Amino acid sequence: MENEKIHSGAGNKTGIINSGKVITAEKLTKKFGDFIAVDHISFEVSKGEIFGFLGANGAGKTTAMRMLCGLSIPSSGKAKVAGYDVYHETEKIKKSIGYMSQKFSLYEDLTVRENIRFYGGIYGLSNKQIADKTQYLAEHLHLTSQQDTLVKSLPLGWKQKLAFSVAIVHEPAIVFLDEPTGGVDPVTRREFWELIYDASEQGITIFVTTHYMDEAEYCNRVSIMVDGRIEALDTPKQLKEKMDCASMDDVFLHLARKAVRGE
Amino acid sequence: MKNKHIDKDSGRGKSTAKGGGIKQFYAFVKKEFFHIWRDKRTLFILLGIPITQIIIFGFALTNEVKNSKIAILDLSKEYASQQLIQKISASKYFDYDQRLNAYNEIDPAFKKGKIKMVVVIPQQFGNDLQHINSPKIQLICDGSDPNVATTLATYANAVILDYQMSINQQQKLPYRIESEIRMMYNPELKGAYSFVPGVMALILMLTCAMMTSIAIVKEKEMGTMEVILVSPLKPFGVVVAKAVPYMLLSMVNVMTILLLSVFVLDVPISGNLSLLIGESLLFTITSLALGLLISSVTDSQQVAMLVSLMGMFLPTVVFSGYMFPVENMPVPLQVLSNVVPSKWYYFIVKTIMIKGLGFSYVWKQTLILIGMTILLFALSIKNFKTRLA
Repeated sequence: MENEKIHSGAGNKTGIINSGKVITAEKLTKKFGDFIAVDHISFEVSKGEIFGFLGANGAGKTTAMRMLCGLSIPSSGKAKVAGYDVYHETEKIKKSIGYMSQKFSLYEDLTVRENIRFYGGIYGLSNKQIADKTQYLAEHLHLTSQQDTLVKSLPLGWKQKLAFSVAIVHEPAIVFLDEPTGGVDPVTRREFWELIYDASEQGITIFVTTHYMDEAEYCNRVSIMVDGRIEALDTPKQLKEKMDCASMDDVFLHLARKAVRGE
Repeated sequence: MKNKHIDKDSGRGKSTAKGGGIKQFYAFVKKEFFHIWRDKRTLFILLGIPITQIIIFGFALTNEVKNSKIAILDLSKEYASQQLIQKISASKYFDYDQRLNAYNEIDPAFKKGKIKMVVVIPQQFGNDLQHINSPKIQLICDGSDPNVATTLATYANAVILDYQMSINQQQKLPYRIESEIRMMYNPELKGAYSFVPGVMALILMLTCAMMTSIAIVKEKEMGTMEVILVSPLKPFGVVVAKAVPYMLLSMVNVMTILLLSVFVLDVPISGNLSLLIGESLLFTITSLALGLLISSVTDSQQVAMLVSLMGMFLPTVVFSGYMFPVENMPVPLQVLSNVVPSKWYYFIVKTIMIKGLGFSYVWKQTLILIGMTILLFALSIKNFKTRLA
């Protein structure tokens, strides 16, 4: 019941129920003067997919992600996010996506309840919706007794899970996760990925950047950026087979070594 | 078919934005109040600053010179010199601290540091007074504090002049110019009349500009700014929402200062109160725009604070004219002082509050402030956008 509600909610907002592709990029490029940060990248992401966006520091991941989030206008190329154009419909894109950064982006001096209320509030959720969501999240994350504690006194793992839940509080079509598991132990990381799988089952597309190659294995498909270009894009299994590597670590190193530019 | 669907949907999106705009704004302002309320120490400091400032400036720091310790070297030791000494020591400005006996005692007396002025009455004072009608007196002041030194010399001159008139009373002079002095707007020459407007400018700058810039930069540091930028909130709305609580705090501070100055320092509000408050609100917005500009070029709270202090606190103290007269500065500095918003606000407050004049006397300054505000907003929005592109 709950799942169904969330499922249809996400679909309704975006207007791309049947097309299946939630993100399409075609020769997307961003230049800063002579420097080409993102160099003609093309890819598609389907609804509910967990899409890993890998690359060494300075490979252009952040710039690409900023363009897809409507924060930065591309220099050339085409891209649609949740069915909206990244040039002209950034406001609509912003309504259909969620975002979580490596800093977890919660307000430490607010309580759990207040953080949920705030993020629900800025996405225009009604009081009723916010109350329901708070209730649901508290139970789901086992935070019922901690609802009125300040976020700063929560353990890191809980903060991270809360941050993710808050990022999808408005049931977006896509959620962008920018290195969401920095500084967290492997056990907590696993728990976190369970939340990601839950969200994906509810039809939310996950676009995640990470430096941890074990996490890359969890993704449905992975793209690896080197020097602003996408060098590889496939399922982790296929990538390993194609490059004849034992692990994603080897795949990544194999590709990243080609990089010319540093950080 | 597909297009039609998207159109329908975008129409709905628009209506939610319209309906939710106020609500989103409200959610943000509420959160901002939580931040301020949770940080009790900062709140306490913000509300305490005006009270301590008024008390410090009102009772401790004053440029009026009173009870300065002086020494007198009377070499004449006659009736006339005794009379003059009596006059000088009776004045409330001077505290006749010690009697010197020789010239070589003057230097050690100054070196001890307590004595601010030495009056030297030469040996032939009485004689000259009676016979050649032009006796001489020497005033030696401690020039290491020039303001006090000149003030003391002026006061001493006035006392001597007074004495001279008292002996001349019997004699009829062929002509005599008597100047009658009246100090307009501030008959008692109280320092409070000029520093209350100054403190208002300072406090508004501090609470509004510094706190807004710190609050915005804090979001950048915490990483929450990214999330807000990705959200449907408009950057302009974010900034306004962040500023609203500080504007309210600033208005509380304005009220505190006005109440304290009327009831504790006896500085009346001669002009229109609502005009005064309106102008204060305008200046608050100017300071906010400045804070915004600062926050758009800095990335850490410390830097924001430092820039705010150097960029606003110092110019306000130096260039608004409430501590040091701008007229006495070199021309380039006088020109520079014109870009300091607090200078104009200080003038406006002084004109309305102390002189009791109306809007027709401050409209030019008001326009300048409005112009500055628009310019600052334009600059910071441009900065904001270039960062995003």
